[in-house]
Amino acid sequence: MIHARGLARTFHTRRGAVEAVSGVDIDVSPGELVGFLGPNGAGKSTTLRMLTTLIHPTAGTATVAGHDLLTEPVQVRRRIGYVGQNGGAGPDCPVGEELVLQGRFYGLTAAESAKRAAELIGALDLTGLDDRIVNTLSGGQRRRLDIAMGLMHLPTLLFLDEPSTGLDPQSRANLWGHIRGLHAERGTTLFLTTHYLDEADALCDRILVIDRGRIVAEGTPDALKRRVSGDLVVVDSTDPGRTAELAGRIGSEVAVEGSVVRFRVEDGARVLPALLRELDAAGIAMTAVEVRRPSLDDVFLTLTGRSLRDEEAPEPAEARS
Amino acid sequence: MITETWLIFQRSMKQSLRNPFWVVIGIVQPFLYLALFGPLLIPIVQNTPGFPAGDAWQVLVPALLIQLGLFGGLFVGFSILTEFKAGVVERMQVTPVSRVALLLGRALKETAVLLTQGILLTVVAIPFGLRAPVGGVLVGLALVAVLGFAASCASYALALRVKSEDAFVPIVQSVFLPLLLLSGILLPMTIAPPWLFALSRANPFVYVVDATRAVFVGDLFTATALVGIVVAVLLAAVSLFWGVRTFQRESA
Repeated sequence: MIHARGLARTFHTRRGAVEAVSGVDIDVSPGELVGFLGPNGAGKSTTLRMLTTLIHPTAGTATVAGHDLLTEPVQVRRRIGYVGQNGGAGPDCPVGEELVLQGRFYGLTAAESAKRAAELIGALDLTGLDDRIVNTLSGGQRRRLDIAMGLMHLPTLLFLDEPSTGLDPQSRANLWGHIRGLHAERGTTLFLTTHYLDEADALCDRILVIDRGRIVAEGTPDALKRRVSGDLVVVDSTDPGRTAELAGRIGSEVAVEGSVVRFRVEDGARVLPALLRELDAAGIAMTAVEVRRPSLDDVFLTLTGRSLRDEEAPEPAEARS
Repeated sequence: MITETWLIFQRSMKQSLRNPFWVVIGIVQPFLYLALFGPLLIPIVQNTPGFPAGDAWQVLVPALLIQLGLFGGLFVGFSILTEFKAGVVERMQVTPVSRVALLLGRALKETAVLLTQGILLTVVAIPFGLRAPVGGVLVGLALVAVLGFAASCASYALALRVKSEDAFVPIVQSVFLPLLLLSGILLPMTIAPPWLFALSRANPFVYVVDATRAVFVGDLFTATALVGIVVAVLLAAVSLFWGVRTFQRESA
């Protein structure tokens, strides 16, 4: 569905050339739900905008939905849907009119387009909002409308740029439900960017991690997490000193904080029973035990030496606008 | 492409009609010009040598029309900036819709609005005292439409290139004012000192203003009228080209 090789983009600003994306290879198969994860300014949006024909790559080639990005942009446009960061529905336009018009842009007749709009309004829980002006919708409704707009021509491939940014947790969970449903029921190939770990984790079959314009890792959320050296085990006991000693024998990165001992160990769930027996035999009483699977944040930290959460570097203005 | 242009035209027109404020402004504006501005200009036109031939209203109405087309057209870009920020322009660029249609639909709608205002202004001017040959007036209105179209295309192109209201408004103001002052709309450039007169000749709108005045007194087949028409069409062609390039250009 997507095959990109060495896709790169340099922006020229007054301060000189800024390499927003420096040669990325991307392969997405039909039916996949792929996440493009990275901090703000990593080059996610720029890559997405190249793949959707909005900006020209300065280097590299790509085939998107079966057509060459550079020589057949119109063919690509016919087959893809794009839901931008800012949505795309006219703020002062009625919901229904914008949907029908969007269908007509792809050559649907007025009747076909109205039918498709009605169907998507139902599917995305927008029933009864046809005549509402777009800027009176709630954040969640607005986002669902944006997705409905992107689906009017039933694209085989849908791009979503930061779909849940700015939504409250409830709307976010609801949106995820819709995205999953879309993927499961329609088999639409989805390519989304996000800087939220939980979003990538909850939604994606496969994740590409991008940092400073380069893809630094790729794999399923679980495979990525396995790259971090083991699970985190947290034991709260009456004798942290001896617990730490025992922990040091089976795991690594042992840290003691008050009565709590933390350490990392491969496959924590399997190691735990034996550890508990040993602690018990040594007469150490435990008040709490926890095994925590590594998060994508741990993965990002391992890969780049920086935390994804802390990285809120503003994206260069050129890369966004 | 015609269907696509029509779709964009309709959408844009509905947006304007949905806002009653703009509809009222659009209708009231021509009245204001005639009622509040006309009485001031009539004695000046009558007492100032150098205005072209014709009754004072035949001199004033073309000036108001040109000002309407130019002023109205140059500021339309403002409206697309809100949509640009909401991702509307980008969303349309990802569709297979022709880039020409994306511009043409909007620019033709602005032209239609300006032409409607122009017709209204002309009709309202009749009870004020305008008497002019019908053929000439029609050609004059067509000239204003072409000028309005040129200004609209240029305005959209500029707006999408600067991408911010803060930059757009000052730029338009600084372009509009010298163009207006050097166009001879309000006072004839023939009374200007030689350097100012020479400067005004570099302003393409001078020729359009002169032509509109010429056709209003019935001088349809004169060099003045012809030059003005050619200049207006050239301006429209250049602006259209610039506008389409802007919509084709990435991330515009």
